[in-house]
Amino acid sequence: MTALSLNNVNKSFGPVHVLKDISLEVEDGEFVVFVGPSGCGKSTLLRVIAGLEDASSGDIRIGGELVNQTPPSKRGIAMVFQSYALYPHLNVRGNLTLALKQERQPKAVIEERVAEASRMLGLEPYLDRYPSELSGGQRQRVAIGRAIVRQPRLFLFDEPLSNLDAALRMNTRIEIANLHRQLSASMIYVTHDQTEAMTLADKIVVLRDGRVEQIGSPMELYNNPANRFVAGFLGAPSMNFLPAAALSPGDPREMGLRPEDIRLQSGGPIAGAVSHVEQLGGDTNVILQTATAPLTIRLFGQHTIVPGDDVQFGYDPARAYYFGDDGQRVS
Amino acid sequence: MTKARSNSLNTYAMHGALILYVLIALFPVFVILINSFKTRKAIFREPLALPDADSFSMIGYQTVMKQGDFFLYFQNSLIVTVASLFFVLLFGAMAAYALSEYRFRGNTLMGLYLALGIMIPIRIGTVAILEMMVASGLVNSLWALILVYTAQGLPLAVFILSEFMKQVSDDLKNAGRIDGLSEYTIFFRLVLPLVRPAMATVAVFNMIPIWNDLWFPLILAPAEETKTLTLGSQVFIGQFVTDWNAVLSALSMAILPALVLYVIFSRQLIRGITSGAVK
Repeated sequence: MTALSLNNVNKSFGPVHVLKDISLEVEDGEFVVFVGPSGCGKSTLLRVIAGLEDASSGDIRIGGELVNQTPPSKRGIAMVFQSYALYPHLNVRGNLTLALKQERQPKAVIEERVAEASRMLGLEPYLDRYPSELSGGQRQRVAIGRAIVRQPRLFLFDEPLSNLDAALRMNTRIEIANLHRQLSASMIYVTHDQTEAMTLADKIVVLRDGRVEQIGSPMELYNNPANRFVAGFLGAPSMNFLPAAALSPGDPREMGLRPEDIRLQSGGPIAGAVSHVEQLGGDTNVILQTATAPLTIRLFGQHTIVPGDDVQFGYDPARAYYFGDDGQRVS
Repeated sequence: MTKARSNSLNTYAMHGALILYVLIALFPVFVILINSFKTRKAIFREPLALPDADSFSMIGYQTVMKQGDFFLYFQNSLIVTVASLFFVLLFGAMAAYALSEYRFRGNTLMGLYLALGIMIPIRIGTVAILEMMVASGLVNSLWALILVYTAQGLPLAVFILSEFMKQVSDDLKNAGRIDGLSEYTIFFRLVLPLVRPAMATVAVFNMIPIWNDLWFPLILAPAEETKTLTLGSQVFIGQFVTDWNAVLSALSMAILPALVLYVIFSRQLIRGITSGAVK
């Protein structure tokens, strides 16, 4: 069964065409991540799915039901917001139960679900506190708990980790992944962070300028990007682009090389002066100024390269990507 | 910041300036208060002297109590002020919410139209208002005043509140929508508590002019049973003779309720004035 299917969804704000013919499917239990640079329409798409914005045209089906005209609360969804959006006048218990009370669930059901959610998220000690008395991480857990208690057909996450610091972000990311396994619920997750996308997703939807650029599993997109944009967006450090003519004269295409596919090789075809070195311990990032373009090279382990060195590198031609003038992948 | 604070000369200068300003601002009130407790002769002989055993007199307050129904005036003023404030805040906040929250054709034009009243004094329309009130039979009723003051207060209320409503997090309102709250619940339970400082600001800005107004009570509701406090006090001011004891006593008493309301709102007010500037 499909948890969500979008069919040619369009959204315009006046003359501004924000979403252009978006079609995609989310299977039951699937974790789908919408990723793209800011302003690509990913949050708008999520709000259209939630029913907070009306689609200008196209069909939105949740669990097979057409929901274009259904208000957000009746769509069987729950949403977690970037700014947590907890109700400031209610304590944690009040925040968790409000939606259930609105649905007129019996008291026993409400209590059972709150107990279940607070056990999963470790919220028991905070149930009587107010949002202003909680830390950022705790607030985000309450926001997630508020979504869990509703037992929705579809979870929507709108950049839920952007307001957390780096360490907490990683912990919460793992918590969300665990939660997905435990609940085996369908989830849609919006982020601009490609690490979150790669680590969490069953399926990634890459968006740019309101269009779907490519849909696929993280490794599919990484190993087989459809175009220059997807190739450059996924992977950190991002892919290097250089005119293919620099390595094989006369070739009109653009070549893409992942930083980790370039290796040290004395007398290799890629040569230049090192302009900067980042020692990360586990690996070393080298910025190389070649005749045509700066290249980022990721070497595993520690290397004693210093800026100003002249170094030669080689690459595996089988792992090079080629793009045509229009940015589409050629081979 | 710490440097400025450690410089004691600066601190003294700052406090000196503030205290000076307080003295200047409170001086007229002080003069009114002390003179309201003096005999008529003492008021004119030494207006700045404190009342002593000789000059102390409650004659002003006695006159006020005897002449006319002062408590009724008081009550009228209070009803008019509180009811007008209630309607200004209620309708102002609702309009502001609609303008800041919903996208509809003519949103900006509607906002400008509602703000227009800030620039056009309502008194220009006095004759038309009077005609309207006569036609609808509202002359000499408190409703006439309440309606006019509500109209007078709305433009500024809508203008100030819509700015503040725009700052209320969209996520919060959307969370409410997803949880199945109605738009009214979202407005009353989520948004209004968050703009309370702005509401207090609007309330204070509107309260003082309404409480002190003489113009509309004089024109729209001069009957004995609908007189407001300011209008009631005017009976003591004659063209040739003015009963200063009574005037000063009436004014002293009129300060009280405004003071009480202000104290209630002031904590919120300061937050309302500064929050826009500091954040």
